[in-house]
Amino acid sequence: MQRELMERIRALMDKGVADQVLAWKRGEFFYDTEPAILTKDELGEMVYDSFCGPNLSKYLIKEMPKIENKILALIKPCDSYSLNQLITEHRIDRDKVYVIGVGCKGKIDVDKIRAKGVSGITGVDENGDKITVHTLYGDTTLDRKDVLLGKCLFCKGKEHRIADETVGESEDTSEGSDRFEMVKKLEQMTPDERFSFWRKELSKCIRCNACRNVCPACSCVKCVFDNPNTGVQNKAAANEFEENLFHIIRAYHVAGRCTDCGECSRVCPQGIPLHLLNRKFISDINELYGTYQAGECAGQRHPLIDYTQEDSEPSIVHERGNNG
Amino acid sequence: MPMNQEWKPKIVAFCCNWCSYAGADLAGSSRLSYPADVKIIRIPCSCRLNPLFILRAFQRGADGVILCGCHPGDCHYSTGNYYARRRMTALFGMLSYLGIDSRRTRVEWVSAAEGAKFAETMNDFAKTIYALGENVKLEDLRCKEN
Repeated sequence: MQRELMERIRALMDKGVADQVLAWKRGEFFYDTEPAILTKDELGEMVYDSFCGPNLSKYLIKEMPKIENKILALIKPCDSYSLNQLITEHRIDRDKVYVIGVGCKGKIDVDKIRAKGVSGITGVDENGDKITVHTLYGDTTLDRKDVLLGKCLFCKGKEHRIADETVGESEDTSEGSDRFEMVKKLEQMTPDERFSFWRKELSKCIRCNACRNVCPACSCVKCVFDNPNTGVQNKAAANEFEENLFHIIRAYHVAGRCTDCGECSRVCPQGIPLHLLNRKFISDINELYGTYQAGECAGQRHPLIDYTQEDSEPSIVHERGNNG
Repeated sequence: MPMNQEWKPKIVAFCCNWCSYAGADLAGSSRLSYPADVKIIRIPCSCRLNPLFILRAFQRGADGVILCGCHPGDCHYSTGNYYARRRMTALFGMLSYLGIDSRRTRVEWVSAAEGAKFAETMNDFAKTIYALGENVKLEDLRCKEN
């Protein structure tokens, strides 16, 4: 797959379609992949394997002013939603991007391999449903579906919503899972249980801002949290739940635009299930204003910048019950 | 808080300039009483209410936040309150999801002619907040002045 993709990119570059490609390259370890802009000479550095989890669509924004010709972008099926959303918001100029839809059969989370007690990982071989992990202490075989990234368990399907051409086969790894299952479970708890759940989770936050920086929907030039006049800078937190405002607003600012790509939870070094905040908004919007999937196609108008005269009143939140 | 002082709730009421603020005025000039715990903040339109304002109010120790605006369809700017309605529904849903009692947040439509409704709404909201007691769930000591 990687060789096929590389040949195709080289052929496109030879034809003069573009002179750069937005792809992944190897990071420090074999399971680290990082987004990279590569020219034809650097193309040898490109990788495409089961560790290419990062969503590349956001990295196009910074390239936009620099591009004279076109840029090639490697987009997985789930990333194509984010790309559509960014085109809708005029952050990315569709005419400057040549989208290569790359096939995806679910990406592997190295932390999940480690959580199974495997250490000293030196390499991974894939063989259909099984993966063989090579370690310093011998080989281990694991089920592929047990070590998929959290977001791949709620796969949005194998179809690229936007692509000029596709390379490779995709597979739906969701297996019929309900992405709102955990949201519903939380909604059924009592308010105090919910509060202690979120307090426990959000207390882990170290405000590294990784969730904000990786989010394709969070792309403001000037972020409200970089405002030096908020009055909380340089003040030590007096209790451990003080990052709640950041997380509520982070989720709120992308409400209606969040494509549920799951990058926030993937990058969180503390393992906070941040996508559950976004999914609450998605589930509320679906319930109250009709099913909506951000990024399904370019040019959609999302429900929070729209209205009807018959909308329910905000008191519905209380009437729905279970509020203590 | 000193022990000898009776607990008083802090209630923030965001009122739109064109309807609810005038409604509050009418309540005053009609000699209708509503609790002094309600602090009114005038905003140009209900959709001016940035959700951060509500969160910041809670951070600084508010026990309840209420938004008042023109009745849907009567907005001075034609459509502001329709947008506010969707935004507040989303925000209140999230606060409730985080475990903040949904009775602490409210939206009420009060026109400039409804002084009685304004007083009644505020009395009822204050009663609810008194019954719920102090809200410490979202307090942030960094944001408080003392």
